[in-house]
Amino acid sequence: MPDTPSTTTESGDSAQEQPFRGGDGRTTGATIRLESLSKTYPGSTEPAVDNVSLEIEAGETVIFVGPSGGGKTTLLKMINRLIEPTSGRIKINGEDVTDMDAVKLRRNVGYAIQQSGLFPHMTVAQNIATVPKMLGWKKARIKARVEEMLDLVGLEPAEFQQRYPRQLSGGQQQRVGVARALAADPPVLLMDEPFGAVDPITRDHLQDELIRLQHELRKTIVFVTHDFDEAIKIGDRIVVLREQSHIAQFDTPEAILTNPADDFVSGFVGAGAALKRLNLTRVRDVNVGEVPVATFDQPLRSIFSLLDSGQGNEVLLLDKHRRPYKWLRRGDLMRAKGSLARAGTPVNDTVTRDATLRDALEAVLTDNAGRVAVTGRRGEYTGVVDMTTLMNSVHELLDEDRMEAIEHQHQLEEQAAEEGSS
Amino acid sequence: MNFWEYVSNRYAQLLADSYQHASAVFQCMVAATVIGVLVGVVTYRTEWAGNLATSTTSAILTVPSLALIGLLIPIVGLGVTPTVIALTLYGLLPIVRNCIVGLRGVDPALVDAAKGLGMSRVGRLLRVELPLAWPPILTGIRVATQMLMGIAAIAAFASGPGLGNLIFRGVASLGSANALNQVLAGTLGIVVLALLFDAAYVLIGRLTIPRGIRA
Repeated sequence: MPDTPSTTTESGDSAQEQPFRGGDGRTTGATIRLESLSKTYPGSTEPAVDNVSLEIEAGETVIFVGPSGGGKTTLLKMINRLIEPTSGRIKINGEDVTDMDAVKLRRNVGYAIQQSGLFPHMTVAQNIATVPKMLGWKKARIKARVEEMLDLVGLEPAEFQQRYPRQLSGGQQQRVGVARALAADPPVLLMDEPFGAVDPITRDHLQDELIRLQHELRKTIVFVTHDFDEAIKIGDRIVVLREQSHIAQFDTPEAILTNPADDFVSGFVGAGAALKRLNLTRVRDVNVGEVPVATFDQPLRSIFSLLDSGQGNEVLLLDKHRRPYKWLRRGDLMRAKGSLARAGTPVNDTVTRDATLRDALEAVLTDNAGRVAVTGRRGEYTGVVDMTTLMNSVHELLDEDRMEAIEHQHQLEEQAAEEGSS
Repeated sequence: MNFWEYVSNRYAQLLADSYQHASAVFQCMVAATVIGVLVGVVTYRTEWAGNLATSTTSAILTVPSLALIGLLIPIVGLGVTPTVIALTLYGLLPIVRNCIVGLRGVDPALVDAAKGLGMSRVGRLLRVELPLAWPPILTGIRVATQMLMGIAAIAAFASGPGLGNLIFRGVASLGSANALNQVLAGTLGIVVLALLFDAAYVLIGRLTIPRGIRA
């Protein structure tokens, strides 16, 4: 290998090889600053990317979303200078990388692309080892790292290391692609529509994995997609780009959903913003209701008195682990002639406290009585949601979002006014 | 004297000629491969340069081999030199063409990924592009070898080495006792050599093409 430095230290972390990184141990995210970036391709008068400035915080997941041909991939590729900007500066962790050796820059910025981009003539292990090898890591360290990365993306090292990419499913290939991008522990990870070519179920799974991974690693992730739902799910903040990479809105998913900056954004958000908003809130974040509960070992008489006491007309019967078991209505006990075993309708659907409000709504809509029990970590009863709870929570959320957005807008206006006057 | 008696009488001479034939083809193939791949690597990225390389090498191939060797004799003299030059030139076309086609056929997304991971220009070529283009290049080498086996026989015209000498001698003395045997032995020898080389290429293919891209 002609491009491997022969004298690298055991750690391989010499400052010369690994710029813009923090101290020892795991590298977490770095800030990315784009300052008036432009790109005009030779032979074209219109710039493909026109004067874009953007600040991405360390450890944040930022999604570039927009219609195809809008220059979002171009903008992403300018961060690792696969496309050289015509003008403007790129700063990572405060360090200007615009004129740095591009090869060195890219070895310190993870890069994952659609259809994984795995090298078909190399095994999974060789693919993952690509960057560590170029950085001159020792063999044993590379081997350990490959195993660690496979573990991290949920693939059994012993089983997958020696396989070739074509022996993997699309989802597995994509996981290896992410493992390869992260192998040298870069602070920044660029992902160009990485889940664009896999089936919806696998994509959903990969998105969940990425969220989990990011929770562990806290890298700065820049992710390009044209799927707005994907953007909402993964992103801490979303950049909506229109043609020539003009930023239409750069904000949290909540703010974009409830307060789109203009017609372009609202058009892109699409119908059902309020429904999409439900995806962003979990059941544990809203006020769940209560129903009277009883257990099997309770005397029948007390159950009757619960029903008669007037709070609603049903009782939730719990099993011995306090898990929801049966719904009991006023007439049920009579019809079953006082036998608890035969009375009531079994609980067929519950939601956990970690479920999204969308899941809860789904469950409420399919339940014939319009309510669903909420369970804790071990399946134990913690409350009940029904249509009213959901509607109230959504109204509250939307109001809150709107207030925040207006406040945010005021701040921006004030800032603009201050800058204008000074 | 029938053919088998002829062969058993002259087998030492036949073996020596076969060895010389094979060795000439082998050495010219090595040279053609090195030059061909270099030309391919230098030209594949520009449209016109790649086309120029392909059309130049195919132009060479249209020159009749006898004529080319005839033209070379006044310049470089008789013997081994014109043979080596002619064979190497003829071997270039399939290698250059397959090398360019192979390198251009590498999925641009893979080149993009290699770049994005921080591979240098040379690293990309050596670790991604050439390995992926290797199967078509090897096919080109195989085709070129088959061709050179036959063309090498013409080399005897310029007093070159190899089985061509037998054929020429036989053709020149048609009607004499061993004429037909000589031509037959020379031709069969070339066919056998060609088959042996081909078997060797199959083996090389199995050893050098990674399992991940083997057809």
